[in-house]
Amino acid sequence: MSNPYAKLPAWVEYGLVPLINLAVAFLVAGLVVLLVGENPFEAAYHLINGAFGRGEYIGFTLYYATTFIFTGLAVAVAFHAGLFNIGGEGQAYVGGIGVALACLWLDQTMPWFVVFPLAIIGSAAFGAAWAFLPGWLQAKRGSHIVITTIMFNFIASSLMVYLLTRVLKPLGSMSPQTRTFAEGGQLPKLDWLLAIFGLDIGTAPFNVSFLLALVAALGVWLLIWRTKLGYEMRTMGHSPSAARYAGMSESRITVITMMISGALAGMMALNPIMGEQGRMQLDFVQGAGFVGIAVALMGRSHPAGIIPAAVLFGVLYQGGAEISFEMPSISRDMIVIIQGLVILFAGALENMFRPAITRLFSTSSRRAAVVAQTKGA
Amino acid sequence: MDFFHVIVVLLESTIRVSVPLIFAALAGLFTERAGIFDIGLEGKMLGAAFAAGAVAAITQSVWLGLLAAILISIALSLVHGYASITQRGNQIVSGVAINFIVAGSTVILGEAWFRQGGRTPALAEGARFQTINFPFADAIRDVPFIGPIYADLLSGHFILTYVAFAMVPLSWWILYRTRFGLRLRAVGENPGAVDTAGISVIWMRYRAVICCGILCGFAGAYLSLAMTAGFVKGMTAGKGYIALAALIFAKWRPFNIMLACLLFGFLDAFAIRLQGNPLPLIGQVPVQLMQALPYILTVILLAGFIGKAIPPKAGGVPYVKER
Repeated sequence: MSNPYAKLPAWVEYGLVPLINLAVAFLVAGLVVLLVGENPFEAAYHLINGAFGRGEYIGFTLYYATTFIFTGLAVAVAFHAGLFNIGGEGQAYVGGIGVALACLWLDQTMPWFVVFPLAIIGSAAFGAAWAFLPGWLQAKRGSHIVITTIMFNFIASSLMVYLLTRVLKPLGSMSPQTRTFAEGGQLPKLDWLLAIFGLDIGTAPFNVSFLLALVAALGVWLLIWRTKLGYEMRTMGHSPSAARYAGMSESRITVITMMISGALAGMMALNPIMGEQGRMQLDFVQGAGFVGIAVALMGRSHPAGIIPAAVLFGVLYQGGAEISFEMPSISRDMIVIIQGLVILFAGALENMFRPAITRLFSTSSRRAAVVAQTKGA
Repeated sequence: MDFFHVIVVLLESTIRVSVPLIFAALAGLFTERAGIFDIGLEGKMLGAAFAAGAVAAITQSVWLGLLAAILISIALSLVHGYASITQRGNQIVSGVAINFIVAGSTVILGEAWFRQGGRTPALAEGARFQTINFPFADAIRDVPFIGPIYADLLSGHFILTYVAFAMVPLSWWILYRTRFGLRLRAVGENPGAVDTAGISVIWMRYRAVICCGILCGFAGAYLSLAMTAGFVKGMTAGKGYIALAALIFAKWRPFNIMLACLLFGFLDAFAIRLQGNPLPLIGQVPVQLMQALPYILTVILLAGFIGKAIPPKAGGVPYVKER
C-alpha cells in the first residue's frame, strides 16, 4: 500500500484523522435520523444515556466491547500482513464448536476455571482451522483470500445450521441449540470490577472474557511489534517484494497470520456462549465478525486504538438498543448504517481529508522552521 | 411422463432464481473487467430492490420503479467509484461499507415511510411486472414433449427474464466487439498502456462502474417487482455474493456467467425441491450441503482444481498517473 502523502505527526495520524473520519460518519448518520423525522441530538442523548446511564448499561456496553476487541484484533493482525480477512464472522461461528465441546464435556464435573482454558484452546483451534484453509489456498494455490473467506462464511453458516439441528441439539428438543451448560460452563461476571467504581452490574453479562480480550490485545501488540514473526508480517504487509528479497517465506507468513487471525476471531465465541447464553445458539455471532472490520479500521490496526474503537461500537450496540426503545422509528439497524459509514470514511475514504490536513500541518511546520531559522541567524 | 414434468418444473424455477444472479454477475463483469473489485453487488441489488418497491408502491408504476432502482444503484456505484477510483481507497473495504449502509438504511427508511416492519406495501397488478405468455402457449401445452417446453419453459416469464438472457450476448458484444469494450478490458489489464494511448483511465473506469449500476438496478427491480410483489428487508439474502461466486466461477466471461448462474440457480431450485426427500443412489442429502455447494464449488475452482481462474491483472489496484 503506497502512501503518496507526507508523514504527519503521530497525534494527527492516530488521533485527529480517525476522529475527523468518525465525525463525518456520525454527521451522515445524523442526516439519516433527520430524514426519518427524528431529532439527531435527542438520539445522541439516548445513545450516551443508554450506554453509560447506569452500572448495568455500562456492563452491557463492555460486554459488547469484549466481543469486538476479539474480532477487531483478528482483522487487524491480518491487515498487518497485507491480508484482508473478511471471514471473521465464519471463524467466530466455527470457533463456537470448540467452546461448546469443552463445556459439554466437562461442565458438570469441573469448575469454570478448568473448563475456561480448555474452551479457549478449543475456540482458538477451531477458529484457526477455519482460517487455515483460505490462508493455505492463498499461499499455495493463489486463490484470492477475500473471496475464499467470504465463501467460507457462507459454508460455515450452512455447517453450523447442520450441526446445531442434527448433531449438537439434545434429543427431543425442537430449538436448534445445545443444552444449557451447568455451572462449570458459565463464566463468572466481573461485578467486582464495576463495584470498584461504585457501579451495580445488574443483569449485564459482563464477564471474565473481557480480561482475556485485554490479554489478547497485549499479546497482539507484542506479536506485531516485538517479535521476529511480527516484523516479517509487517514487512510483507508493507512490501511483499521486499519480504521476498529478504528471504522471508511468503506462504509461511500468510498461513500463520491467517491462523492467528482465525484463532482471535474464534475466541470471540467464548463471550456470548460461556459468558451470556450458557449454550450455543444459531447465529450467536450476529455480525460481530464484520464489526471487527470497522473496529480495526477505526483503531488503525493498533491494539491501543482497537480497544477504544471496540468500546465505541459497544456504546453503539448498547445505546442503540436504548434509542430504538425510546424512538421506535430508529431501530437497531441504525447501528448497521453507522458501522457501514465508519467503514466507508475510516477505511475506503481515509484519504479524502488527508490532503487538506497535510497542507495545514506542512505549512505550520514550515513556518515553524522559518521562525527557527531567523532565530538562529 | 411424470419425471419429465418434474424436470420442466425444476428448470422453470431454475430460470426464475437465476435471473437476478445473471444481472448481478454481468454487473460485476463490467467493473471487474475494468480493474475494480466489487464486493458491493449485494448492497446495490438490495438498494435497487428497495427503491423499486418504494417508488412503484407510491406511483403505482412499474416503469418508474425500475427507473428508481437503476438510479439508486448507479448512485451507490458512483460512491464505490469515487472511493476506489478518485480517492484510491481500498476497493474491498468500500464494497463492504456499501453493503452495510444499504442493509441498514433500507430497513430504517422503509419502516419510517411505510411502517410495515421494513416491507414496502404489497404491489397491485399494475405496479409490478406481469408474466408474458407467448402466442398459442395454451393451445400446444398438451402436445407431448414440445408443448410443456414451449408453454412452461420458454413462455410465461417476466419481461426482465428475457432482458437478462438478452443481456448476455449484448454484454459479450459490448466487451468484445466494440471500441468501448476493448478499452474497458484494457483498463483492467494494463491501465498504463491505455493512458499512454491518450484515453482517460479514470473516465473509463467510471463508465464501467455506471454500467454495473444499471445492471444491478435491473437485478434489484426483478427481486421486488417481479419475483415478489414488494420489498422485504434483506431480500437479496446473499444473492450478490452468489453472483460474485458465479462471476469467478465463469472466469469473467459472459456466456460462462450465464451457465454458472443457471448452475447455481439449479442447485438452489433443486435444494428447495429436495427438502427431506432422499436422492436415488446417494440417499439423504442435507439441505445445508446443497445450499453451501455453490460456495464450495467456487472455492475448489479458485484453488485451481477445475481449470484456472485468472482475474483481470490490474484488479484492485488504483491507477496513479505518472507525472
